[in-house]
Amino acid sequence: MASETVVIPPAELPEVELYHAKSWITKYVFSQDAKVIAIQYSGTAVLIGLVGLVLSWLMRLQLGFPETFSFIDESEYLQYVTLHGMIMVVYLLTALFLGGFGNYMIPLMVGARDMVFPYANMLSFWIYLLSVLILVASFFVPGGPTGAGWTLYPPQAITSGTPGSDGGIILMLVSLVFFIIGFTMGGLNYAVTVLQARARGMTLMMMPLTVWGIFVATILALFAFPALLVASIMMLFDRILDTSFFIPMIYEMGEVIPREGGSPVLFQHLFWFFGHPEVYIVALPAFGIVSDVISTHARKAIFGYRMMVWAIIAIGGLSFIVWAHHMYVSGMNPYFGFFFATTTLIIAIPTALKLYNWTLTLWKGNIHMTVPMLWCIAFIVTFLNGGVTGLFLGNVSVDVPLSDTMFVVAHFHMVMGVAPIFVIFAAIYHWFPLATGKMLNNAMGQFHFWVTFVGAYLIYFPMHYLGFVGVPRRYYEIGETTFVPPSAADLNAFITIMVLIVGFAQVVFIYNLLTSIFSGKKSEVNPWKATTLEWQTSEFPPGHGNFGDELPVVYRWAYEYGAPENVDDYVPQNIHPDKVARKPIAE
Amino acid sequence: MLMAVVLVLIVVGSVAFHLVSPWWSTPIASNWGSIDTTIDITFWITGVVYVVVLLFMAYCLYRFRYNPQRRSEYQPENHKLELWLSGLTALGVVGLLTPGLIVWNDYITPPDEATEIEVVAKQWEWGFRLPGKDGVLGTTNIRFMNDENPFGINPDDPAGQDDLLIDDDLHLQTDKPIKFLLRAFDVLHNFYVPQFRAKMDMVPGMITYIWLTPNRADTFDILCAELCGIGHSSMRGIVVVENVADYEQWLKEQITFSQSMAGLNKKIKSEVKLVSRIQDKQALFSVHD
Ligand code: HEM
Ligand SMILES: [Cu+2]
Ligand SMILES: [Cu+2]
Repeated sequence: MASETVVIPPAELPEVELYHAKSWITKYVFSQDAKVIAIQYSGTAVLIGLVGLVLSWLMRLQLGFPETFSFIDESEYLQYVTLHGMIMVVYLLTALFLGGFGNYMIPLMVGARDMVFPYANMLSFWIYLLSVLILVASFFVPGGPTGAGWTLYPPQAITSGTPGSDGGIILMLVSLVFFIIGFTMGGLNYAVTVLQARARGMTLMMMPLTVWGIFVATILALFAFPALLVASIMMLFDRILDTSFFIPMIYEMGEVIPREGGSPVLFQHLFWFFGHPEVYIVALPAFGIVSDVISTHARKAIFGYRMMVWAIIAIGGLSFIVWAHHMYVSGMNPYFGFFFATTTLIIAIPTALKLYNWTLTLWKGNIHMTVPMLWCIAFIVTFLNGGVTGLFLGNVSVDVPLSDTMFVVAHFHMVMGVAPIFVIFAAIYHWFPLATGKMLNNAMGQFHFWVTFVGAYLIYFPMHYLGFVGVPRRYYEIGETTFVPPSAADLNAFITIMVLIVGFAQVVFIYNLLTSIFSGKKSEVNPWKATTLEWQTSEFPPGHGNFGDELPVVYRWAYEYGAPENVDDYVPQNIHPDKVARKPIAE
Repeated sequence: MLMAVVLVLIVVGSVAFHLVSPWWSTPIASNWGSIDTTIDITFWITGVVYVVVLLFMAYCLYRFRYNPQRRSEYQPENHKLELWLSGLTALGVVGLLTPGLIVWNDYITPPDEATEIEVVAKQWEWGFRLPGKDGVLGTTNIRFMNDENPFGINPDDPAGQDDLLIDDDLHLQTDKPIKFLLRAFDVLHNFYVPQFRAKMDMVPGMITYIWLTPNRADTFDILCAELCGIGHSSMRGIVVVENVADYEQWLKEQITFSQSMAGLNKKIKSEVKLVSRIQDKQALFSVHD
């Protein structure tokens, strides 16, 4: 860790001339500047995310107050479930973490002027936007969007008993294909930029964990999305050309459908070969960001940096051999259960270590309870909770009664819904001053935080218990049963009311964002006294090309907080060792 | 400070909720008590970790809250501590996995004496088939399916003639192990009786299974636990678990496959129709198995 002995290698290549926009359109619309692309990605992701949010309200209205809203029937409910899930996972979280934060943070944090392939980067956004538009279009075709569940399992996804099996499913699959093409263009950029465009002196083991998280997540995505791509294309063929990749001979609606030999389980393997790494595509950037924000606001070096990096890499690698834990009761060869339960529980070890290290970073820190820090603590709570319930679902035989119940819904919302969203809030409150030069309003920030955190816990913690009772997921209504006590209806109503309250807090947040951009308090330079390069730019907020005339040179790791020999409690990565104010040596 | 208090409240509240809330596993009615035990073990191990980590964090937030006079300690790593934590976590994982895998092994290994019963699912209803006097279920194929032969039983297979076809409630005898063979005709479904704990997807094109021994006489709901289209949440059935005498009585009232074909009183006609339908289909695709 001791950085002072680092020898800075000379630059291997002269700097490449940066692309300079010549008109308003090429500067702000068809922009090749990663920071602008980041804002475009984030804006689009948040807008479509709001659609996903509204869909969740509609679902909750139905679940909380069944037989009250005549405009929601079963097929609409299933359409909401499907589009909500797909939007949240793919079009919001993946796009926001990689396209949004990846574009904004990578060049700034590694000390580069921009991404290495700016033109492909621009295309990446426009293709993403196209995929979002195709998705939205599916709301307007006859039959509406698909109601197959976000997992799109065949044969159901393309047979007539499922809503949206006309146009909806086709547009869904086409939209996914475009999303993946667009992502690949961006993803190659992020990976190559990290590998090739780091500032002089910045070794891989000096990168901030945010960059590590986004970098490894990008590599996962580059390997995982192709599985979804081929699965989508094969299903399109099954739907349009009557092929039989996933469709065996079936008897549907009183008729034998002349297909033969396809395997529905094959689709599930392809889907989850993508789907499980997808969880980590969302989680790893969150892990990275949370590490940096905690370290900065606790004024303490992240605990066990090297372990944190290796844990990210180990989790990334292992995430490719756990996929069938989503398929314990799918009818696959039951002996796979032994293997996948074992790998799944092994992945818990590096994940748990990361959790310990975050809490140990607080130990003997000097903790500022700023709004970003609050979100980080909330993340640890919800991620720990979701991690714990993951140990239930990963452990095959325990999964049997819980699989496909509300327990699963509560679990994945804690771990990949609420927890990463909390990190996104932490990141927005933390980096808003960097992007805009303004501070967010603190009172509104506190209100937003407390309502959202407490509300989300009250929504999802009790929901697990509905799963124990045995309430299945994707149920329009549970109706009369021999096993669900009437009190469960009260719990459902309570959850729905909490959802609406939490929803209101988001309105306050958006109001805070919009007003602070224009009339927020002006931020000082580097308001959190952080060490990483994004705060050390020549202009604040950083301008085109990020670092003015000279690129930074890096002398130390990103976590020089509280080192006893220095006068200040932090030393940025790019300050020459001779310029660091040292305490006089006592004695 | 406030956050530290809230964390303590979360710990206390969550544990209290777990202990007193009215929502908990439905009383079990099968031999899968071992699954419930594994859940309890998981609760203990993970619950302790949950409580310890949150309380530790609450303590840190309180004890190391911001103080301008102080500086945090500079300790980037502590290898010994990290090793200890990895070791303890690994131990916990072994504690979880061992019972998990042992129970799974039981779950996928039906006893030899188990009676085979077939459950069929199609959008959005259940059907059941018992092997009849010969104790053997007749072979089936989607190709044989039509309104008269809703189970797709091979009409030429003698083993199928005495199979009992049930399109109403399923009855089971207490304390007799049963291997359910699960078959879907159209899309994925999942045979799920919460009180039995067991569940498994039903996949068109293949036969899956679960086994269990019902051990409490009562009437239970059958639900579909795999999304199967717009009738998913209303795809219900009923299973009645009862003593031998009642069960035998019920068994007598069920009709066999051959009776059902004859009972339609247009046996000949339907067979002719069936054959021609099969020939139609064979023109479209080659025959297998
Ligand atoms: C306040 C915010 C949210 C609420 C109230 C909410 C609520 C719901 C509800 C009611 C369901 C359907 C449950 C069912 O009937 O099976 C659902 C499903 C789902 N949600 Fe959320 N959700 C929220 C945020 C998120 C986020 C941020 C994610 C991102 C990962 C997410 C991912 C999913 C997924 C993947 C499904 C499953 C869809 C399916 O079964 O096909 N949700 N959500
Ligand atoms: Cu997974
Ligand atoms: Cu179903």
